Amino acid sequence: MSALKKILVVDDDPYILMSLEFLMKKNGYDVMVARNGKEALDIVEKQLPDVVLLDIMMPDVDGYEICRHIKSSKKLKDAKVVFMSAKTKEADIKKGYDLGASLYITKPFSTREMIKQIKELIA
Amino acid sequence: MSNITAILAALLYLAILFGVAYYAEYKLKKGKSIINNGYVYALSLGVYCTAWTYYGSVGQASTRGIEFLAVYIGPTIMAALFWPILRKIVRICKTQRINSIADLISIRYGKNFSLAVVVTVLCILGVIPYIALQLKAISGSMNILTGNTETLPGLSNILGDNTLYIAIALAFFIMLFGTRSIDASEKHEGLVAAIAFESIVKLVAFIAVGLFVTFGLFNGFSDIFSKAADDPTLSKLFQFSDTGSYSTWTGLILLSMLAIIFLPRQFHMGVVENVKEVHIKKAIWVLPLYLLLITFFVFPIAFGGKLLLGHTAINADTYVLALPMQHGAKWLGLITFIGGFSAATSMIIVETIAISTMMSNNIATPLLLASQKFKPKGDGQLTNPILNIRRFSIILIISLAFLYDKLVAQHFSLVSIGMVSFAAVAQFAPAVLGGIYWKQASQKGAMAGISIGFAIWFFTAVIPSLASAGIISMNTVDQGLFGISWLKPLSLFGMQGMDSITHCFFWSMIFNITAFAVVSLNSKKTGQEAYQAEIFVDIFRHSSTPDSNTIWKGTAYLPDLNSLLANFLGAERAEKIIATYARRHNISLETNKADPRLVAFAEKILGGVIGSASARIMVSSVSKEEELTVDEVLNILRESQQVLGANKELRKKSAELQKATAQLTDANKQLQDMDRNKDEFLYTVTHELRTPLTSIRAMAEIVHDNTDMDEDQREQFLSGIIKETERLSHLITQVLNLEKYESGKQLLNMTSVQMNGLINDAVRSIRPLANEKGIQTEIKIPDSMFLVQCDEALIMQVLTNLLSNAVKFAPQNGHVSVTLQSTYEELQVRVHDNGKGIEPGLHELIFDKFFQAKNQTLRKPEGSGLGLAICKKIILLHGGDIWVESEDGNGSTFIFTLPLS
Repeated sequence: MSALKKILVVDDDPYILMSLEFLMKKNGYDVMVARNGKEALDIVEKQLPDVVLLDIMMPDVDGYEICRHIKSSKKLKDAKVVFMSAKTKEADIKKGYDLGASLYITKPFSTREMIKQIKELIA
Repeated sequence: MSNITAILAALLYLAILFGVAYYAEYKLKKGKSIINNGYVYALSLGVYCTAWTYYGSVGQASTRGIEFLAVYIGPTIMAALFWPILRKIVRICKTQRINSIADLISIRYGKNFSLAVVVTVLCILGVIPYIALQLKAISGSMNILTGNTETLPGLSNILGDNTLYIAIALAFFIMLFGTRSIDASEKHEGLVAAIAFESIVKLVAFIAVGLFVTFGLFNGFSDIFSKAADDPTLSKLFQFSDTGSYSTWTGLILLSMLAIIFLPRQFHMGVVENVKEVHIKKAIWVLPLYLLLITFFVFPIAFGGKLLLGHTAINADTYVLALPMQHGAKWLGLITFIGGFSAATSMIIVETIAISTMMSNNIATPLLLASQKFKPKGDGQLTNPILNIRRFSIILIISLAFLYDKLVAQHFSLVSIGMVSFAAVAQFAPAVLGGIYWKQASQKGAMAGISIGFAIWFFTAVIPSLASAGIISMNTVDQGLFGISWLKPLSLFGMQGMDSITHCFFWSMIFNITAFAVVSLNSKKTGQEAYQAEIFVDIFRHSSTPDSNTIWKGTAYLPDLNSLLANFLGAERAEKIIATYARRHNISLETNKADPRLVAFAEKILGGVIGSASARIMVSSVSKEEELTVDEVLNILRESQQVLGANKELRKKSAELQKATAQLTDANKQLQDMDRNKDEFLYTVTHELRTPLTSIRAMAEIVHDNTDMDEDQREQFLSGIIKETERLSHLITQVLNLEKYESGKQLLNMTSVQMNGLINDAVRSIRPLANEKGIQTEIKIPDSMFLVQCDEALIMQVLTNLLSNAVKFAPQNGHVSVTLQSTYEELQVRVHDNGKGIEPGLHELIFDKFFQAKNQTLRKPEGSGLGLAICKKIILLHGGDIWVESEDGNGSTFIFTLPLS
């Protein structure tokens, strides 16, 4: 058994961040959080997470941009990207998958459902 | 090349033209308009370049040098003025359903019948020779192509004359695509597409010849030009010659500036067929570019021709075609011929449609309607006769042109006829330009100006050419009219040193403008005239509501009006049009008497079908109109002015409206935008709701699923849920508020409010928030009290919103101030913070709904993104204004005003 799976949660809403951090810890993951795009880019480079939970609309660098960065980097491209966004248009979702995301979860979502999906994804 | 090949090529080309026109109309039926495009519009203005450009400019360049450029420089200059001038004419013609220059002039000057006739006659006289010239170019070029000798003048061998068949085919084409619908003010989709296509054909063909001569017969530009420079007669062509040249340049440039708008074909393409005003913006640069491209190779071809064919008897006017033919490039010759053919046909087609519309609307139809006593039966019985009149006019014009070509035209050179045409239509310029910019311009003035200009044009331009052609004696030209020496047509009042066209232009314009101005200033106007003057000159003020201020007095009955329209449009369509109009303007159709607005509307609709003159006759046949006096008209207009003047608020609003109208030229697009905006607004609202919902749900689930979590954490999640719920309800309240302001449901509860106190209260309410960030607040209010009429609660809302924003954006330990100032007219409140400021590009945008959300770099988790949008609505409802002043790094100041009194 390797070390704990690393999950990075990125969202600019403090309550969502707080909730997901709690939830992921409780389910036995090694959790890191980022409040904005710049922090997120910083952390992915240094920590090489296995999964990145990614909000799209953020003040500085948006989620699509971060996903593009991850997928184009040699050492990061195995990280799984899960978008979670209030953008619900068909085109936005398609864009997310086209960029290489494993999942696109629309807000509001159920945390119970989400945990199930993450577990399946990592298994 | 055989005669048959040439005529087959020409007919094949015409068939392609039919194809293009059909394709365009087919596309339109499928819902896609090809001509709804700025480039197509600009290309269709290329109808300016006729066979005269195509063949004649090389001829002119090889004898008179760079002077040929003058008639392209004029339009280039005018293109820069398209937006103020052409756009105004287009707007007028669209709102008034005007479809010819004769209509434009007659409607502006009180719907005067005789003016329309004079303008039409002048157009026919001025332009038919010009059409004939195009036919001449077609037959001439065909002869060169086939190696025939010149076609004999006269009618002796008419059946063996190719031009006859070409003319018949053209007449057929024009009837087919030019008389599609009875409403002449409707667009001719196929026609415009075909003309734009022709513009491309002639350009490509001419450039092909240019390339052939430059790189095929010579070794590039430097080769041609250095050889030309070595030849003393050719090198002279680069210089302005010394006799009368400056006056010629000025004259030609001015003439062609006017021609690009007032030639019937230009007016038709530029105004009547214009689909959208914004297309004019494209034409402003595309048309000059087109003219530049089509004149680019004129010198190389002219010099090439002189150098290679100068020793032969070949006329320089035909170098374009002769050069490839003489050097064995038969196929290129055929393409060149088609290019010239397209230049000629496009001109013939458009000019004929424009003039036939004028002829049938202003002369033939009124005669028809007057001859058989008209009784409205309401069965569409007049649709066919009127279409037939228009078709007959087309045949008549083409026949006249054909006969002119055969019997008269061989006496003139290509260029002189064209310029005589230019000078003829220039006579309309004072009446039209004066009519759209000068309210004093009167019917008598216009009539005087056009008539005297017309007479002098005839005397100084037509008489000499008739004389030199041997049709009349030279006595008048040599000795002056009645032997009076200062009445010589080529040196009027002893004026010498100008070429004949400039001379004609100079004197006709001087007299035209003087007569127009002097008579206008000294003549009385009818009510109708004063009204039209007002509408035309201030069209951008009136075009938003062109019918609501209709001035018409008299009695008419609805059934009569109905059957009158039905005669021309068919019963079903007539009824539909009237019903739609009535619904839009809240006019009751229950009464038997027709509303004046309906009468005026019916006249306008008919005007589009049969021209304004006939429409006026028709409407007066079913109504009893009382003539309005000038005083009555001015009173009506003044009354509306007073209502506007009395209320400053209204005036401001109307200025805003005007601005909005100018921007929203495209009604269709606007509707779509509105729809999209609504969708976008809804999407953004739901989007904004999703974020707090997400955190509430997540936190609630966590608290629910984790009964074992420690007290502190539980507390954290629960208070989070409460905060987010508050945010959610705040957002919903804001959205509902905004909706209330936007739909106009919010009524203002106006009271006298003491502004000083209100500001103090507002600052007090945000002080706790400011203290948290260590921010200093400062109030700068003069000692005197300020009372203002406003809704206290709403203005309080604006103040606290601006203040809390200021606190939010000021730095830690920063500083926020409120200033109150007043002028006699308004109160001004300024809320300043020393934050990092707002970049200028965003100053307008930040007042948009959800601006923050859409521009993520500015988004803050707190705030709904609706605060400033709501502030703006509230202030606008009060008749005030709100804006922001900010420089990067110097903080920002939000300012709103409230009107005093």
